[in-house]
Amino acid sequence: MANKIGRVPVREQDPKVRATNFEEVCYGYNEQEAMLEATRCLHCRNPRCVTQCPVSVKIPLFIAEVASGDFARAAEIIAEDSSLPSICGRVCPQESQCEGACILGIKGEPVAIGKLERFVGDWKIAHGGSEITKAPANGHRVAIVGSGPSGLACATDLAKWGYEVKIFEALHKAGGVLEYGIPEFRLPKSAVVAKEVENVRRLGVEIETDTVVGRTVTIDSLMEEEGYEAVFIGSGAGLPRFMGIPGENLNGVVSANEFLTRANLMKAYDDNYDTPIYVGSKVVVVGGGNVAMDAVRTAKRLGAEAIIVYRRSEAELPARVEEVHHAKEEGIEFRMLTNPTEILGDDKGWVRGIRCVQMELGEPDESGRRSPIEIPGSEFDMKCDVVIMALGTSPNPLIATTTPGLETNRRGCIVSQEEGQTTREGIFAGGDAVTGAATVILAMGAGRKAAKAIDEYIKAKNA
Amino acid sequence: MYKIIKKKELAPNIWMMNIEAPRVAHAAQPGQFVIVRASENGERVPLTISDYDAEKGTVAIVIQTIGVSTKKICTLNEGDYLPDFAGPLGRPSEFVHEAPETLQTKKILFVAGGVGTAPVYPQVKWLHTHGVEADVIVGAKNKEMLIMQEEMEAVAGHLYIATDDGSAGFKGLVTDLIKDLIDRQGKHYDEVVAIGPMIMMKFVAATTKTYGIKTIVSLNTLMVDGTGMCGACRVSVGGKTVFTCVDGPEFDGHQVDFDEAMRRQGMYRTLEQRALKIAEERAAGHVCKIGLDK
Repeated sequence: MANKIGRVPVREQDPKVRATNFEEVCYGYNEQEAMLEATRCLHCRNPRCVTQCPVSVKIPLFIAEVASGDFARAAEIIAEDSSLPSICGRVCPQESQCEGACILGIKGEPVAIGKLERFVGDWKIAHGGSEITKAPANGHRVAIVGSGPSGLACATDLAKWGYEVKIFEALHKAGGVLEYGIPEFRLPKSAVVAKEVENVRRLGVEIETDTVVGRTVTIDSLMEEEGYEAVFIGSGAGLPRFMGIPGENLNGVVSANEFLTRANLMKAYDDNYDTPIYVGSKVVVVGGGNVAMDAVRTAKRLGAEAIIVYRRSEAELPARVEEVHHAKEEGIEFRMLTNPTEILGDDKGWVRGIRCVQMELGEPDESGRRSPIEIPGSEFDMKCDVVIMALGTSPNPLIATTTPGLETNRRGCIVSQEEGQTTREGIFAGGDAVTGAATVILAMGAGRKAAKAIDEYIKAKNA
Repeated sequence: MYKIIKKKELAPNIWMMNIEAPRVAHAAQPGQFVIVRASENGERVPLTISDYDAEKGTVAIVIQTIGVSTKKICTLNEGDYLPDFAGPLGRPSEFVHEAPETLQTKKILFVAGGVGTAPVYPQVKWLHTHGVEADVIVGAKNKEMLIMQEEMEAVAGHLYIATDDGSAGFKGLVTDLIKDLIDRQGKHYDEVVAIGPMIMMKFVAATTKTYGIKTIVSLNTLMVDGTGMCGACRVSVGGKTVFTCVDGPEFDGHQVDFDEAMRRQGMYRTLEQRALKIAEERAAGHVCKIGLDK
């Protein structure tokens, strides 16, 4: 029988302290806490959590092992469906996926599935876990573009099935958005990301960094000259959007991508690293997604007064509730129903403020959210010296423009079928490159689906 | 890891390095650049390609030591390795897509300023091997600061030198020499390619505009990733915001907003100068006891 206790609280760094450092916000469960929380699971006959998980992790099964203290077995169960539990346990939007579907959530609080997954993932990193069984080499080679979540997941499955897999990464470090996008305080780099990447390498996957597909090599050169039978494109959505308002090229206006890449990938927050980052004294972050939250909380940690400006109301914030909550705890100010119309500069071309207009919510738009409408005459100016644009990203056109026959849609996303097959034979794609900016887990799921499709494609071709 | 095969000082504080990077060497075309990191905690520094040899698998870069990162790169020696050398980045020069026969009918003038001579060389060399003899102006502060003169001589139609102090060639600015060539020597050019300091490109473009000569410039903006991800390199060209790293680095010089580009180039100058000062003081053995270097 399930234990009818409340959700076991998770320990977190004090908000006042953590707003000044880059150490992880959430400490996660220890063994006792995890085992206790695991006893809350009802083990539903038809587990809704599993159906809501994009990669269908066998949640009640692994939770049962946690409850009994067999963490190695729990790790094995997760590994059947997910290759990045320490990462997904931290950054998945559980409240709208597994935990959102948990029966316990109807009257009380859902089982802390994310925290339990993270616990198991971290336990495995610390204790090694069991070796993954790998099929003997089958002599077929697959190239993967990008070492982010979709590429890592695709590579993991293919390597397990005996393929010779090589990942081509444009940056100097593997991990994609996990390295350059998500901050250290939410996803530790050397303690978690590097370890999960290392696990993929241990399967025999080779990762070639500093290789920009579309420039250093092309998809066609990989297939024709280097003998790869199939290619998976998991190049993400790296192209930042700007608003197109006056003053956007002033000194002090940066994309969230630039700000976060400087802080995360280049470790500009650490004095021992050479890359500079300009924070000023008051930072306005435009946007309401997870990236906006990451940027504003990073700015705060670097010593600036940091505020969010978002054109809809709090209910429409696309960021995870947990992130908004953490940001507020850390002293981030939220200005809702506010939209910038111009960035104001001083006579030397540096940002001195931002002009905004108040908004109100009108009828629902095609996204189902009520669309914001400007309130005439409500313009006002706010002082600031840095503006960070966190308005979402689109796929980088580099690969599409250098691969003849590879179709993209109006938004620059690669056109592919459900399993990842693109408009070119032997070329598959998944993750943000196909969907536009989405989540780590969806990218991972797409990478795994594509791995299956690639396996079938190569088998059929050689049958 | 990318081995430094050769290192040579071309002029005071200007170094040439030949790097073993087979993939980059194989793919490189005129007009492109690379991003280099000197150490694990180093910056990603965009540098121009000054030559490449697909067969040997080597790429030459030219570096002027101005900040902490360029200095760091130049402390490395022959036999050492650069941890990162990514490229070739950016679009190749437009002319590589043109038919050699069309190019051969064109009179092209290259205007190189200072270290800008380095990226001009592979362009002139490419044209030379395709039967196009382009004229080249190389400008420098003085004779001592001139680089790659011999190499350029070998591939250029006419090579003209301009120095500010007249210690070599024409005494004066490259823009004065352009006017001299056209007005006094009766030269005719269909196209000008100018690469050098932003301020030089601005004035070359302003000069050629009065003659109505199409002018290409290669911008050396700030960059982080160099693959279109950060937007640090955005510039206004013809009133439109574009990214130097993926849309350029070469643009129509008559359309570029140079004042904005120069201002944006200085975005981190204060921070960089501070970092440089701290590094110099530390190297001289000064330890700050009250933590001002943090």
